[in-house]
Amino acid sequence: MAGEGEKKPVLEMVQADGADEGCVTFVLHNEDHTLGNSLRYMIMKTADVDFCGYTITHPSESKINFRIQTRGSIPATEPLRSGLNELSDVCQHVLNTFQARVNEFKERQEEPME
Amino acid sequence: MAETMNIVEEIRNRVILGEYNVKNNFRIDIVHLDESTMEFDMVGIDAAIANAFRRILLAEVPTMAIEKVFIYNNTSIVQDEVLAHRLGLVPIKADPRLFEYRSTGEASAEEEGSEIDTIQLQLKIKCSRNPRATKDSADPRELYLNHMVYSRDIKWVPIGNQADVFADSVIAPVHDDILIAQLRPGQELDVIMHCVKGIGQDHAKFSPVATASYRLLPDITLLEPVEGERAERLKRCFSRGVIDIQDVAGKKVAKVVDSRLDTCSREFLRHDDLKNAVKLARFRDHFIFTVESTGILPPDVLVTEAIKVLMVKCQRFLSELDSTDLE
Repeated sequence: MAGEGEKKPVLEMVQADGADEGCVTFVLHNEDHTLGNSLRYMIMKTADVDFCGYTITHPSESKINFRIQTRGSIPATEPLRSGLNELSDVCQHVLNTFQARVNEFKERQEEPME
Repeated sequence: MAETMNIVEEIRNRVILGEYNVKNNFRIDIVHLDESTMEFDMVGIDAAIANAFRRILLAEVPTMAIEKVFIYNNTSIVQDEVLAHRLGLVPIKADPRLFEYRSTGEASAEEEGSEIDTIQLQLKIKCSRNPRATKDSADPRELYLNHMVYSRDIKWVPIGNQADVFADSVIAPVHDDILIAQLRPGQELDVIMHCVKGIGQDHAKFSPVATASYRLLPDITLLEPVEGERAERLKRCFSRGVIDIQDVAGKKVAKVVDSRLDTCSREFLRHDDLKNAVKLARFRDHFIFTVESTGILPPDVLVTEAIKVLMVKCQRFLSELDSTDLE
């Protein structure tokens, strides 16, 4: 499975082993440590992931090689998908908490003036 | 060897415990908030995600900035390219969420840009001699008119329907008093500028923060009671307000009051009798964020935009995964 046949593929899969779908290296274009490290952290917490790491092949090229190795015969796209979903959920939770606290703070600031 | 194994065990436990942390132990405390700066605490999150927010605040939250400068007349001593560079760095108070990115290279490169992706600004100023100056004054402020070109001289030229859309807010530089160039009589500047939407990764002029940083909350524990004259010296080793001397049964005893104020200079390690009495560490999941905005967007809006940028990144790859799976 390669990236789409468009001009600019955003995500590619490079499989090291033909039969084993559990060990895959993904190439994420236009990404760096911002997404790489946080995604790696979320995927490492998943139970059946044996190995998860990322590397920036060359600092002049903005792409990362993201490798996932799973235990058992689970396809590697599963932990990637769940990691992305969890990261999205964490961001949503942080956003809700932050906005609630900011509104609280602003209301508290207005009280002494009234 | 045993120490490294303990550290490895601690790291493993931290990652596993993190499973339960975010929904339960996570909290945000806002310490300070005004139009330009914000200080808040994020507790219970991992460094990877806190760092991702910091990186996005610096480089991936979009703003509007001057990109193309059309110089019709520049007889000042500031060179064209230097003037264009300085104009690009002036922060422009326009909400970037109301604009689109300019599509690259699809239309011809000469395309002037439409009303949804460009802001047009004009700087037209000419310096002349002041006819009302006294004969022997040497002060340039008296002798010349318009000899200092400030950012307040940059005027907005609405294109298309921008005059209606932005009827109640005037698009102008954030600060009035940024000095752009100096002129003498006879010199003039006639310049048209186009602002586009961009991100800090492309050029630092698009960065919406003066800076965004975080530090970890220090953890100061006294391993043994420190009394009398030692307590006085210990108090001087830390920043003011961190250690307080209390009177306990007639003796002066040192107590840690507020470790947040400490700058961790580790001065106590230089004193042989104090270095084993204190343990200095940091709370691994307590981040004290400081966000200073350049004025384009208020700092709390910047943080919410940064969190949304990270969510958009995740969604983009999720949709990529789904579309390649369907093939």
